[in-house]
Amino acid sequence: MKVRIKFAKSGVMKYVGHLDMVRYFQKAMRRAGIDISYTAGFSPHQIMSFAQPLGVGLYSEGEYIDIETAGGLTSREAVDALNAVMADGVRILSYRKLPDDAGNAMSIVARADYLVQFSRPLDADRAERFFRGTEPIEVEKKSKRGVTTVNIRPMVSGWELRDENRSLWLRLSAGSASNCKPELVLDALALADIIEKNEAVQITRLELYADTGTKQQPVCTPLEDLGEDIV
Amino acid sequence: MNKLALPDRILMEIEKPARYIGNEINMIKKNPAQVEIRFCMCFPDVYEVGMSHLGIQILYDMFNRWEDTYCERVYSPWTDLDKAMRREHIPLFALESQDPIKDFDFLGITLQYEMCYTNVLQVLDLGGIPLRWKDRTWDHPIVIGGGPCVYNPEPLADFFDLFYIGEGETVYRQLLDTYKTSRRLKETREEFLYRCTQIEGLYVPRFYDVDYREDGTIASFGPNRDGVPEKVGKQVVTDLSDAPYPLKPVVPFVKVIQDRVTLEIMRGCIRGCRFCQAGMIYRPLREKDVEVLKEHARQMLQSTGHEEISLSSLSSSDHSGLAELVNFLIDEFGSKGVNISLPSLRIDAFSLDVMRKVQDIRKSSLTFAPEAGSQRMRDVINKGLTEEDILKGAALAFSGGWNKVKLYFMLGLPGETEEDIKGIAWLSEKIAETYYAIPKDKRIGKCQITASSSFFIPKAFTPFQWSPMGTKKEFLDKARIVNEEMKAQLNRKSLRYNWHEADLSELEGVFARGDRRLCDVLVKAYENGALFDSWSECFDREKWDDAFARCGMDPSFYTTRPRERDEIFPWDFIDAGVSKTFLLREWDRAMAGQVTPNCRVQCSGCGAMKYKGGVCCEGQD
Ligand code: SF4
Repeated sequence: MKVRIKFAKSGVMKYVGHLDMVRYFQKAMRRAGIDISYTAGFSPHQIMSFAQPLGVGLYSEGEYIDIETAGGLTSREAVDALNAVMADGVRILSYRKLPDDAGNAMSIVARADYLVQFSRPLDADRAERFFRGTEPIEVEKKSKRGVTTVNIRPMVSGWELRDENRSLWLRLSAGSASNCKPELVLDALALADIIEKNEAVQITRLELYADTGTKQQPVCTPLEDLGEDIV
Repeated sequence: MNKLALPDRILMEIEKPARYIGNEINMIKKNPAQVEIRFCMCFPDVYEVGMSHLGIQILYDMFNRWEDTYCERVYSPWTDLDKAMRREHIPLFALESQDPIKDFDFLGITLQYEMCYTNVLQVLDLGGIPLRWKDRTWDHPIVIGGGPCVYNPEPLADFFDLFYIGEGETVYRQLLDTYKTSRRLKETREEFLYRCTQIEGLYVPRFYDVDYREDGTIASFGPNRDGVPEKVGKQVVTDLSDAPYPLKPVVPFVKVIQDRVTLEIMRGCIRGCRFCQAGMIYRPLREKDVEVLKEHARQMLQSTGHEEISLSSLSSSDHSGLAELVNFLIDEFGSKGVNISLPSLRIDAFSLDVMRKVQDIRKSSLTFAPEAGSQRMRDVINKGLTEEDILKGAALAFSGGWNKVKLYFMLGLPGETEEDIKGIAWLSEKIAETYYAIPKDKRIGKCQITASSSFFIPKAFTPFQWSPMGTKKEFLDKARIVNEEMKAQLNRKSLRYNWHEADLSELEGVFARGDRRLCDVLVKAYENGALFDSWSECFDREKWDDAFARCGMDPSFYTTRPRERDEIFPWDFIDAGVSKTFLLREWDRAMAGQVTPNCRVQCSGCGAMKYKGGVCCEGQD
């Protein structure tokens, strides 16, 4: 059966990159005795996929992995078994069975929430003007093929100043169709002189969502809500 | 939240910050305030290399079983962090507590290869510990060296307070107890170190003096104080099955070289190859009990979650219980997606059968290490692998579906002729011919024979310790001859040849048989910026040439010079088990082209019998 696992990443674990987290979880599944399924062939590997890589330096309260397993454990048991073998800074939050026809996390992820913490308050008026504007927000996006300029305005679907203007909450496009890393928003804020270039911030990913609405009326559903607890 | 020694700003600017944060699975956590001894274990190379080393894991586990001791780890910061730490004056720290290594009681450094010596200086320097023992006080840890390079510790004599000669499982407890006593009695550092000379296996360089002759060779070497022993005897674990073994090894986050469970199945080797230092210094061969190994495998796979297990030894085929162990591993774990990796196996019907079960034949290759191209030369080096063995093994493998072969050779062996080295090409050709002798419809495309050669470096405590080493030019000329000869073969399209670069080998040769006078050269090279010398992208020969020149030293004194039979070597004060009489006898037999049978066929009285264990006592209850 298909299972979706949600976990949080904090503390020093933020320095462990995505590929290392993949290997970390492969080993963790074995330590925890999760009966995970393997691909066929001479070098079988675990059937496991991550929803969305998390950059080095970010915390997260909403990371997702989909696995295929023969089952046998309740959600409660699986969460406990996994938490018993986690490193400090990784915590399993849920372990839920998905419908058989569910799309995997990687393919359905559409939005992500982030919290960016600054060491000083932002100028609320200027931030307001920045986010409420209509002109394109152009930033440079580096990829393997070089640097391109993108307009990230349509990818920012929500924002809010919190914590006496010391934190910025963002809801951004995520996934293969259109993806906006929070760092791009920070680049744009720096270009607009609202923050300093390379200002020290702490970013936390809060949640990943699938879009379960329509084209006109998008609905953000946390990925874990697409599964149900095994009891 | 765990504290970190490095600020976020630095961790975010360097490559692979997870190298420096600790917190790995199975890392030991203790409260430093509640132990009596803080021991920092160092592998002076980058994390991925150091974490792959079994010896450190064994000692880390053993030390941490002791309640009064907290053992932590430190590795060489990579060049990016090295720069940042110097720039911001951040002292080198241990991974577990993130505390500066300067505050520890002991800094233990494992010396696995000579080309890590500048990294030893880096660790001390970044740690804020004076490079030389004469400048240290009780404000600094006791710096102790171990590992294979301590079989000639002299090129590092100025930097270490202590060397531990031999296997770590035996006298460390005694050392730590001596330390506690000494500190309780408020003794001086020197008094403590004097006490250490009374513990078997410990060498304290400051209590020995060396005099040189005019020609640069050693006139005398001995203790400069009453009661300090003339000879230091290596430490040997007689019963390996009972020795502590890390059943919960640390599992790194970053991908390290050995990203797998390492199951040590035995120590030592019966073969007696005359160039091989490991084969001499780890005598006698001692096997671990198969039942113990099965249990270890089970527990270690469980505690780490690794998807691969590798058997570790110098020559796995010589373990008398190998078949039972391997079949157990395949039956028990093969179905659970665990890969089984079997390096150092002799190619025969059994190993091919096993390899067929655990590897994808199309992707894997056969490995042979004939080490020399001609039978004459293989007799000289006492490599008991004949052309017939190789061709038979290859034929068997080819008919079983393999078509890739890797061959390892050395160039510059004592008494080598042009015929001997051309033999590398001829042997490769014969293997290719063996392949093409198979009917066309039974083979899969072309075969691929890859021969590699490294340059022979004479090492201490081998029968070849008297042998001159070749120069860089000689090496490269020889490699060219082999390369030409390869191209002249009928099946040249199926043959490949590559060779190691020679600069590094020359330098390794200097330190392998060097003496204390090289300490100054090392410091100079380090000051010139030499670091991570074993990494080709970092190695810079000029920094070394300059260091030798400034110190007025000629590296060829240590490499190409022929040595007299009665020359006093810098390492002669060590009793490594193998006697000088035996080594000389082997040297003579080598020059006469005579082979010496392995320990199981006939004991050659090498001297290791005195440890009363392993192969020396097999079959005599
Ligand atoms: S004493 Fe004999 S059996 Fe023992 S290691 Fe030496 S040669 Fe081998």
